[in-house]
Amino acid sequence: METTLNKKTRSALSVAAIALFLVLVYFGDIMISPGSSWKMLITVIEKGSIYALVAASMNLLNGFTGLFSLGQAGFMLIGAYTYAIFTIPAASHDAVYQYFDGGIIKWSLVEVLEGSLGVFGHYLGMLLPMLGAGLIVAAIAFLIGIPVLRLKSDYLAIATLGFAEILRAFFQWNTLGPVTNGSNVLRKYTTYGNAIFPVLIGGICIAIILLLINSTYGRAFRAIRDDEIAAEAMGINLFKHKELSFVISSFFAGIGGALLAMFQTTINATPFNTVMTYEILLIVVIGGIGSITGSVIGAFLFTAASEWWLRGLDAGKWLGISASFMRPGFRKVVFAILIMLIVLFYSRGIMGDKEFSWERFIDWWKNLPANLKSWPERRKAKASARREARNAKAAAKARAKEAKSSNEARMASGEALFTPLPVSDTVMVFDKEGK
Amino acid sequence: MKKILVLALSLMLAMLALAGCGGGGDSGSGGGDTVKIGVFEPASGDNGAGGKQETLGIEYANKMTPTVTIGDKEYNVELVKVDNESDNSKAVTAAQNLVSQNVSIVLGSYGSGVSIAAADVFADAGMPAIGVTCTNPQVTADCEQYFRICFLDPFQGTVLANYASDSGCKKAYCLSKLGDDYSVGLVNYFVEAFKANGGEVVEEQFPDKNSDFTSYVANAKNKGCDVFFAPVSTEAAALIIDQAEAQDLGMPILAGDTWDSNVITEAAKGKSVDITVTTFYQEGGNPEFDEGIKAWMEEDSTAMTNNGGNTDLAAVTAMGYDAYYVALEAMKAAGSTDPADILAALPSLKVSGLVCGDVSFNETGDANKTEAFVKKCNTETGAWEFVKTQSAE
Amino acid sequence: MLHTWLPYILAGIAVGGQYALIAIGYTMVYGILRLINFAHGDVFMWSGLIMVYLITVLPLWVSVILVIIFAIVLGTTIEKVAYRPLRSAPRMSIMISAIGVSYLLQNFALYITGGLTKTYPEIGFLQKTVKIGSATTKMVTVITPVLTIVLVFLLVMLIKHTKIGMAMRAVSRDFETSSLMGIDINRVITVTFVIGCGLAAIGSVLYFSNYTGINPMSGAMPGLKAFVAAVFGGIGSVPGAVVGAFVIGICENLIKGAGWTTFSDAFTFVLLIVILMVKPTGLFGEKNIDKV
Repeated sequence: METTLNKKTRSALSVAAIALFLVLVYFGDIMISPGSSWKMLITVIEKGSIYALVAASMNLLNGFTGLFSLGQAGFMLIGAYTYAIFTIPAASHDAVYQYFDGGIIKWSLVEVLEGSLGVFGHYLGMLLPMLGAGLIVAAIAFLIGIPVLRLKSDYLAIATLGFAEILRAFFQWNTLGPVTNGSNVLRKYTTYGNAIFPVLIGGICIAIILLLINSTYGRAFRAIRDDEIAAEAMGINLFKHKELSFVISSFFAGIGGALLAMFQTTINATPFNTVMTYEILLIVVIGGIGSITGSVIGAFLFTAASEWWLRGLDAGKWLGISASFMRPGFRKVVFAILIMLIVLFYSRGIMGDKEFSWERFIDWWKNLPANLKSWPERRKAKASARREARNAKAAAKARAKEAKSSNEARMASGEALFTPLPVSDTVMVFDKEGK
Repeated sequence: MKKILVLALSLMLAMLALAGCGGGGDSGSGGGDTVKIGVFEPASGDNGAGGKQETLGIEYANKMTPTVTIGDKEYNVELVKVDNESDNSKAVTAAQNLVSQNVSIVLGSYGSGVSIAAADVFADAGMPAIGVTCTNPQVTADCEQYFRICFLDPFQGTVLANYASDSGCKKAYCLSKLGDDYSVGLVNYFVEAFKANGGEVVEEQFPDKNSDFTSYVANAKNKGCDVFFAPVSTEAAALIIDQAEAQDLGMPILAGDTWDSNVITEAAKGKSVDITVTTFYQEGGNPEFDEGIKAWMEEDSTAMTNNGGNTDLAAVTAMGYDAYYVALEAMKAAGSTDPADILAALPSLKVSGLVCGDVSFNETGDANKTEAFVKKCNTETGAWEFVKTQSAE
Repeated sequence: MLHTWLPYILAGIAVGGQYALIAIGYTMVYGILRLINFAHGDVFMWSGLIMVYLITVLPLWVSVILVIIFAIVLGTTIEKVAYRPLRSAPRMSIMISAIGVSYLLQNFALYITGGLTKTYPEIGFLQKTVKIGSATTKMVTVITPVLTIVLVFLLVMLIKHTKIGMAMRAVSRDFETSSLMGIDINRVITVTFVIGCGLAAIGSVLYFSNYTGINPMSGAMPGLKAFVAAVFGGIGSVPGAVVGAFVIGICENLIKGAGWTTFSDAFTFVLLIVILMVKPTGLFGEKNIDKV
């Protein structure tokens, strides 16, 4: 019944699917006119792949290493700023840094490299600051990690959240204005031309994360998540591995931040707040803590729902239903309720802790008709099982009640409820200390 | 129970997916007898109150003039509204959403930051946009698609600084919000002009979500300032006024166009504070418009709520009203509902008969406006009183 | 010297007292459930919001009582619906649930208010202007610390000298053993939430009388700061939370007074990180040993 594919077929299928997707995105972005509502699909794919990368990096930390960190938005902030600062064209500096005499960095890496290397230089000029963004974030994470990673779960969460808030204030500090433009937005920096760019970069980064998870390091991370003390006993250097996971996760968060900067075309430190971190965390939860595939699916669903599908709930007309209670803000309420339902009743998320595999997909597809057909019966079986469980519970309760009342009656009549054990050598006295 | 829930959830998601696709089918066709105007305004967040008042003006104008004749054909005007949540990161997708609904022109936004953030989306789509009350120069600079019908911060900052100097102030306390382009920009221009007039300044910034202004008011007092300049959002403004009263600030408060709102008059009513603002419109400037929109708000309870629960008119509402007519005139001049044609017609457009004065654009796409109204809050009646019109000299 | 700094210190003490009332909820819930109740700040915000709506139809004292009842009902409902089913789940799940509840409460408030800031009703005597030395301030500034100290004293008495207080101490010491000893864990947890939310509601009356604007996000920052205060004082310790709250309130205002306004919020988090590095158990916290 279960399908097995050899490695070659699996890779062939994956490559084909990815290539098809990339081609669709590339031509989709070119062909779809801006006025068409399908354009939203492209926007969702762009933002979705950026969020997928960030969610995957958060999952690496939270889901695979068991470190509950809430600093993601702070790291994205550094990444976004690093990228933007080094790619603002020289001609736009005066306009962008209008209150800071054009800033202190007067050149753009993209222009410098484009001048000497042509088109290749243009892309190199975009990739280098992006890589730089990741590296700077990783370096900062390394420093933050030294004190913070010694903390226990919730303290770690609140400390990383605190660091993110401090970073935000720091980036808006007027004294740093010539570099960060203070409170004002950074804009005019080089962005990508086609939606394929974030999809490709995001995809490559996620692939690297997947490789890492399947390596010895990944297994060590999971060992730490499952039981720190056991992992340490097995010779895993706890601090070293936690720091490694933290740094790598932050590196990808930094790249995600750089991509987000390109997507938004302008950036400002204010939106990189706790709400953004919470959103990413919720994506991880929706997808399934401990599943990278889940994070990717979660990111696309989350973005599509919040930016596209549910917009009608705010405008008063959705799926042909119009009602006066659908006013601005209703979308977010519905969204929050959906998330709460997932957290409470479906806490494993979409994928649980499993990754996508072609075998499972094919089996699922093959069994779909049968599953659909047998669904009413299975439901009936479930219902009857539930009814039985309910009856059994009620019966047990009744028995307990009866026993209690009969005990009380016996006690009232002066009868001993149990016969004391004869004192003998065979009765052992357990000491709490186990002496 | 669990499984049913999961099922319901997945069904809902499937329906959503269908809705997304279904929506794609019909709105893509566009045209017909309707022309769509996009309203890019915040309905929530820091600038929610102001955004709603601005939208109100647009809605009222749409109610008064629901059709437009372009060429020989009469079109119904449909407003497509999105909420940019006063958030630069949400503004991009909100703008994209407008563009994808095939609108012909976009109006907005209240708050400069979101407009700057969305400018590139409009530029990429070749979508003409008319800024209503976004006063930061960066909105239209380097963006050929963005026009605006209000004055700019360099102008407004100078006006305010001149007003302060003329009233004999020597040391100004300037408060702006971290990460807010509007207040930071306006303070910057104020400081420049005020220093040029020989004044001294103390600049401070408060962080996002701050609601404790006690220390800022105390700072202004301790540093011996004689005017308190705080061109911040109305949310913060109400709190500042409250603290100014509690601590007996003892100096006039000066602010920009955002403060021209009934939120301020209500907060200041019955308190011993002295508030002066510069703005776009003075109630009474066009009695017909004033009466009409008030009558409409009396009738329409939603409109009344969006205006903050009473019928006091904000300047941004009048500006929204004007913006709608500028958009209609632009479409008439272009003789087409195609964004590209409208864009071509905008630079040479001249519109008169508006409530806040005639509109024509200069080469960067900004309105040629040289005067601002100075108003003072009467704390006994809780209404704005006209002081004078002031130019930058 | 004092003349210049008095207004800041007064403001700091007032806001510190208000943080303290919120922080108690955090510290007690954490002490018993080992859960950072992220939704606590939003319960605080909602108490303020409900007051705005209630006061339009009811007299002041009825509204205040109803607000406290509302906060208690909201808090205990959250516990029953969102935390109790996950009690045996991993710690991370229950924390995520708390974040989800916070997100829901904020968004629901956003929907109800339409994203606009509501003005808190004037409570006559609280908002009266008083003069203390060279500083002018609101009456609430004077009342807050006094009321806070009285309430905390009562709470400490309750924890030390009543049966339920003993049960609370037992549960916070060892969750499982105390349940084996016949303590009704659920009851103890409910009482904890009742006390925490009730105090948060009182805190909201004081806080919003001083800073009169309420929007969906107004609970977030005070909530975070109150939590930091609880960590600073040693989580699980009520007097510690109160001391922490006063320290944070006063420092925050002094920093603003010194001209470092950009970093007034960031300072709280610097303090948090420093205390976590130097003494992770906080000022009055007890050392916790992890068992294998």
